[in-house]
Amino acid sequence: MSTVTSPSFAPGQDPMLRRRRTPLVALVGVAAVALGVAAAVCYGAGIGGWVLMLVMAAFLYLVGAFAVVNRIEGRRAARDRTWSTLIASAFILALVPLVSVVWTLISKGAERFDANFFSTSLNNIGARDPDGGAVHAIIGTLEQVAIAAAITIPLGVAAAIYIVEYGRGKFTTLIRFFVDVMTGIPSIVAGLFILSFWVLLVSPIYNNGQPQFSGFAAALALSVLMLPTIVRSTEEMLRLVPAPLREGAYALGVPKWKTILRVVIPTALPGIITGIMLSIARAAGETAPVLLVAGGTAAVNINPFNNNQSSLSLFVFQQASDASRFAPPRAWTAALTLVALVLILTVVAKLFARRNRISR
Amino acid sequence: MAKRVEATGVTAYYGSFKAIDDINLNVEPKSVTALIGPSGCGKSTFLRTINRMHEVLPGARVEGRLTVDDEDIYAKDVDVTAVRRMIGMVFQRPNPFPTMSIFDNVVAGLRLNGVRRKSVLQEAAEKALVSANLWDEVKDRLGKPGAGLSGGQQQRLCIARTIAVEPQVVLMDEPCSALDPISTLAIEDLMFKLKDSYTIIIVTHNMQQAARVSDRTAFFTIDRTGDPGRLVEYDTTQKMFSSPSEKKTEDYITGRFG
Repeated sequence: MSTVTSPSFAPGQDPMLRRRRTPLVALVGVAAVALGVAAAVCYGAGIGGWVLMLVMAAFLYLVGAFAVVNRIEGRRAARDRTWSTLIASAFILALVPLVSVVWTLISKGAERFDANFFSTSLNNIGARDPDGGAVHAIIGTLEQVAIAAAITIPLGVAAAIYIVEYGRGKFTTLIRFFVDVMTGIPSIVAGLFILSFWVLLVSPIYNNGQPQFSGFAAALALSVLMLPTIVRSTEEMLRLVPAPLREGAYALGVPKWKTILRVVIPTALPGIITGIMLSIARAAGETAPVLLVAGGTAAVNINPFNNNQSSLSLFVFQQASDASRFAPPRAWTAALTLVALVLILTVVAKLFARRNRISR
Repeated sequence: MAKRVEATGVTAYYGSFKAIDDINLNVEPKSVTALIGPSGCGKSTFLRTINRMHEVLPGARVEGRLTVDDEDIYAKDVDVTAVRRMIGMVFQRPNPFPTMSIFDNVVAGLRLNGVRRKSVLQEAAEKALVSANLWDEVKDRLGKPGAGLSGGQQQRLCIARTIAVEPQVVLMDEPCSALDPISTLAIEDLMFKLKDSYTIIIVTHNMQQAARVSDRTAFFTIDRTGDPGRLVEYDTTQKMFSSPSEKKTEDYITGRFG
């Protein structure tokens, strides 16, 4: 079309459809100049250090790139370039703390990441002993989170199914309101609730009248924290399942409960699992409730229903504030272990979700 | 296999809104009946009352009498799932189950209703896919996901899924509106074949399609927005499209509505 109306140009060379592009060299040049000016100002005048220099260089680059692109490509392209640069910088800025945390964990946690750490507890470890591990804390975390998950996953998913598929009227509104309220409960309050209810009221019944700490009480406190997250995320995922899928199953004469089990849940499963993993990750990192109702211990206690238990986060808390010079490295390694544990669980859950989905 | 559907004074509501009013319609077995009319006139609502899908929506209810071979499907002791097994439905947009393979989609109705035997399922799947003119296209990839098929294939997959449970009546709610002309032709051919063994009721906005595929046509309309839809005229397709007795029908069919 354009070649017909403007035959003076060779085909494919119509300037109306083309514009000059800023060469990469020009942008690199602007960046170099910006960095140079910033360095000269900072170190020449002796104000600030490398952080100020980087910020100044970034600002100068934005201004310079805008001016250069504006000259070559025009105003719209210059604005586009500026915003792209700003968004990319925001992304990098957001990555900085994440990378920093992971790097700190790995570099400081590597020191005690040895066989001894994963084969011993803190039992009979004094302030002068360099050894000592976190087996008791790992066992505690795994048991407490597993029990909490066993309680909350069926309960939470069932509650979400009720809200989305069956619930109508005031009762459902009430449930949703209380789930929302529960979402905002601070973990220490959940711990206090279980302390006053389970440890002080219920546990004396089976322990000769004496209140007793237990890993199970910690699991209950974690359940209080996990439940609302699971209910809300599952609810959102179930709502995303298109109505025509349900109707398609109903139209085949499939009863409602079977439609939910075999069509709705499988469709929403990846999202539901993501929500569950988020709540498990949160529960595994909680310290206060475990300290309040499981008490913490230095020895291995396999039985979650009887006597004190520790957990990885509690281990980190206690070792980090310990006077022994061998304690902080243990705390770092325990923190690294905790992150690795959650990561492994998440990856396994994702793989499970994908296995249930047919590959496209 | 095919059964007669009789509607007597069927009135349907969404909450307090009356969507269709006093529909009386007699659908012959082993025939294709088309429901036509402007948007919002209650064709789809009426179609959904026939397999009791209307009541799935909150607040929706139905009055009047609907019988399938003299069996009142709204009687108190009737099992809704049994009604829906007897009266299958194909929807406007293809809705294969996304987590299931082609094979699993076709046998979903059987499997979810308790059929476990592998040989029975395989036989039923092949039979349904052959009837739906889809077998040759998918026989080598039955384990692949149903959602990976083209739109026309997906719709035929949904038809196969519907007829795999061997219903007596098949309801189709604008089954070709999301499809290209070639897929539409494939589905129209399929309807021709299916009417030998099923009673088919189809809602369509496409007048040519109604004229091509149906034996009888029902024309629905609404007088004003907010009024309930009503049945204006119901006759053989030939009569409806050549010399309808109602002025409104003629106006709609010739494009001079309102």
